[in-house]
Amino acid sequence: MQTTKVTCVICPVGCTIEVDHEKIDGKETVIEVRNNKCPRGYKYASAEVINPERVLTSTVRLVGGSAARLSVKSEKPVPKTSLFDCMKEIRRVSVASPVRMGDVIIKNVAGTGVDIIATHNG
Amino acid sequence: MKMNVDVAVIGGGPAGLAAAIECRKNGVENILVIERDRQLGGILNQCIHPGFGLHVFGEELTGPEYAQRYINMLAETDIKTLTDTMVLSLSPERVIRAVNTVFGVVEIHAKAVVLAMGCRERTRGMLRIPGTRPSGIYTAGTAQRLVNIEGLMPGKNTVILGSGDIGLIMARRMTLEGAKVSGVYEIMPKSGGLKRNIVQCLNDFGIPLHLSRTAVEIHGRERIEGITVASVDENLSPIKGTEEYVECDTLLLSVGLIPENELSRGAGIIIDPKTKGPVCETGFETSVPGIFACGNVFKVYDLVDNVTKDSILAGRSAAEYVKNITA
Repeated sequence: MQTTKVTCVICPVGCTIEVDHEKIDGKETVIEVRNNKCPRGYKYASAEVINPERVLTSTVRLVGGSAARLSVKSEKPVPKTSLFDCMKEIRRVSVASPVRMGDVIIKNVAGTGVDIIATHNG
Repeated sequence: MKMNVDVAVIGGGPAGLAAAIECRKNGVENILVIERDRQLGGILNQCIHPGFGLHVFGEELTGPEYAQRYINMLAETDIKTLTDTMVLSLSPERVIRAVNTVFGVVEIHAKAVVLAMGCRERTRGMLRIPGTRPSGIYTAGTAQRLVNIEGLMPGKNTVILGSGDIGLIMARRMTLEGAKVSGVYEIMPKSGGLKRNIVQCLNDFGIPLHLSRTAVEIHGRERIEGITVASVDENLSPIKGTEEYVECDTLLLSVGLIPENELSRGAGIIIDPKTKGPVCETGFETSVPGIFACGNVFKVYDLVDNVTKDSILAGRSAAEYVKNITA
């Protein structure tokens, strides 16, 4: 069994969470999670040792809006290893105003199964 | 043009919006929010990263989402707004002079005023780094605005001086947009930013954080070409022999924030030399009766959620003040 210390990035508190994990039948498995102050921390720390994920935020080109860019985010966390592939797709996108907060801008970004959505009206 | 209002709120960021909405909830009818930018929301609009709203909304939002929620709440009220409008002065009698391209000079007489102008970043001039004065040196927040609002990249090969949160956030943002960020240099032995930002903005992308190390010279004639960095001793003085040349075409400064109180000073409001914000009574009333302050103009906050909470109290006090003088 292995113990990994994870700094939680979910909120500004930044808990240092300990995760006991080991490979069972070739699969990394979480045994115990300690020192998390909330359930979000439990979820984050477990994912961090098995498959680290991040919410990706960026902007896309906005045509006809009051600003040149529209802020967007991945609706759910995407695998950390896919961040730059997601950025490649995001960079190519241009949307026309009007857009409402929550509108889907890219479906299934970089094959992650996660959508990119607007985080502001534009 | 001349206007008479019950409460005038200077600044349409999270502090001003929360204060204005709270005034309305407490029965004030004639409220005006004055904002110098084209849109409401303040600095949140360029803080596109997540991490806001866990306390106020119970969920994790990005800056623009947090702003949009308050903009939507405001839109449901009859609170008036003047955007793209710059306030030039405020008198102790609560007369505001502002200017915009539609009405020219506007004179606003208010029964109460809420100051919500936010803060500014410390600049290179305040750090007194020796060397040339080339282009390519930005505060982290200016770079953030260029990238996230204007869609412009400040440069390709970046060094970040100071490890405040905006600097760390911009290290990640510039990397995701294809720039190289070769390192973050922090004069103090500890980072000024949140631990989670060290992890998700630097460690995730292999960007080194150099502690007790700072810039001692800037090089380049037209455009910045590099900086000399050196380690510092416990008095923060550079140690001879530890200098190293670091090549870059962009230098971002993330070295602290100062409340923006030019208008407050003009109104004769007493400023606390330590917080650089107005000295306030309970209820966020400044030393000038009828003028209240909230958000980063009062003191620099770590969390927007706390700005909102305090601004609600300031809005309530302003409403109370108006009620008492009209009763």
